[in-house]
Amino acid sequence: MSKIWTRMGDGSPVELTPAELRQDLEDGSADAADRGGVPGLNEDDFKYLEELFARRDRFVGVDVGNEVVLTYDGAALKFKRHCLFEERLHVLTMYEKMFGADTVELGHVDYSYKPVKPIVNYEQGTLEMGLLTTHSPLIYGAMPNLGLYTRPDGPCPNPMELLPQGKIKEARAAYEDMVEEAVRDMVFVVGSMYESGADGFNLDTVGASGDADVLAAFLALEKLRAKYPDIAVEVGMAGEFILGMHGELQYDGQRLAGLYPHQQVKLAEKAGAVIFGPVVNTNTDQTIPWNLARTVVFIRACSKAASIPVHANMGMGVGAVPVTDFPPVDVLSRASKALVELCDLDGL
Amino acid sequence: MGMAIAHAQASGMGGMRTAGDLVARVQLAKGCRIREAKAYVAEKLGTSVMDLVDPVVMGEVRADKGLGTMMPLAHTPKGIECKFNIARELDVKINCLGNFLGKTGLGGGE
Repeated sequence: MSKIWTRMGDGSPVELTPAELRQDLEDGSADAADRGGVPGLNEDDFKYLEELFARRDRFVGVDVGNEVVLTYDGAALKFKRHCLFEERLHVLTMYEKMFGADTVELGHVDYSYKPVKPIVNYEQGTLEMGLLTTHSPLIYGAMPNLGLYTRPDGPCPNPMELLPQGKIKEARAAYEDMVEEAVRDMVFVVGSMYESGADGFNLDTVGASGDADVLAAFLALEKLRAKYPDIAVEVGMAGEFILGMHGELQYDGQRLAGLYPHQQVKLAEKAGAVIFGPVVNTNTDQTIPWNLARTVVFIRACSKAASIPVHANMGMGVGAVPVTDFPPVDVLSRASKALVELCDLDGL
Repeated sequence: MGMAIAHAQASGMGGMRTAGDLVARVQLAKGCRIREAKAYVAEKLGTSVMDLVDPVVMGEVRADKGLGTMMPLAHTPKGIECKFNIARELDVKINCLGNFLGKTGLGGGE
């Protein structure tokens, strides 16, 4: 049998024998099952994935009827990265009319709630104009990004400076102060944009600064749901595993550090999330088959545990998408199809 | 950006080419999972679930019900006008419509 052409986690091409492919799938599955304490892939899954990677198609898609809805993170900002200076509201209409987007997302170029706070009235005006001309649900997105709350950019001491000095108590206190500041900013910005008419919100890249970042998102969400019972908030994660930068923070009596997606989603539900966006990081030293098998195991466990819609993150470097700025469609489309169909996803 | 297009082609419902935006709206409004959201929209629009991803069928349904079309002709609903029709047809609350009614003095309020 001919070799199977696929890619490594960094996107570089690689050829595998069928036996090597099977081994990578088994190893990726075993790694996730071991780390997460969740069931690995079964024989039907392995056959599905072996056939998927053996196909010569340049691009694949889900079977008709298996389509899911798409939400985005930083959608309106991606044009700028390409030096395409299109006004954000035009970008929303392009997503809606040209890119087949099921939802559209507005966000500030600094894509964090803190920098939006002083300019929220301008963001409100932009959003209100966008709501007049678009048709799809218009989501406002940004990150909790607790890193912005440390000196010299913010009011709190920097735990990354305190920890090497052995000042663990002080570092933890700094994280706790950062949580308070971030919650205040998120509630202010999201509340303002909700009152301007936004259809939903994305708390994106939650956990980028570890467990304190996650706690801030959940506490903000609780407050928002209490004030606006109909508000729809998607919680999109930063990584597959909540880093214990503080180490002792809890939500709903559960320690946040060390939680995997199937555990994270239950707390997001408790906090009031309407959609959960789990992440599984791509390992550049392994093949995409290894990464995809591993991702399916984590995301399937999350989807099974969830009561709310699950939109897996599948951007660059997560969800078995290679760590490269322009992921090739051969592996991207295979990952897209497999995750939707094997994990019973509600969206991406 | 290119990734978004690839995912839309590989796995997406098709947005307003089909009924992707409507299913997404129901997911957001009701927090329901994809099968339930699709069934809800199909029942409200009087279509089959499979029709929801067919741009030909949904193009006609959307035009008939004023839900927004890819190439809106003169005198047909556009933008927020479609949202009033979507809210009525799907029986979902659309947040910005209350603000619109309040600001225009047509009813409701911010």
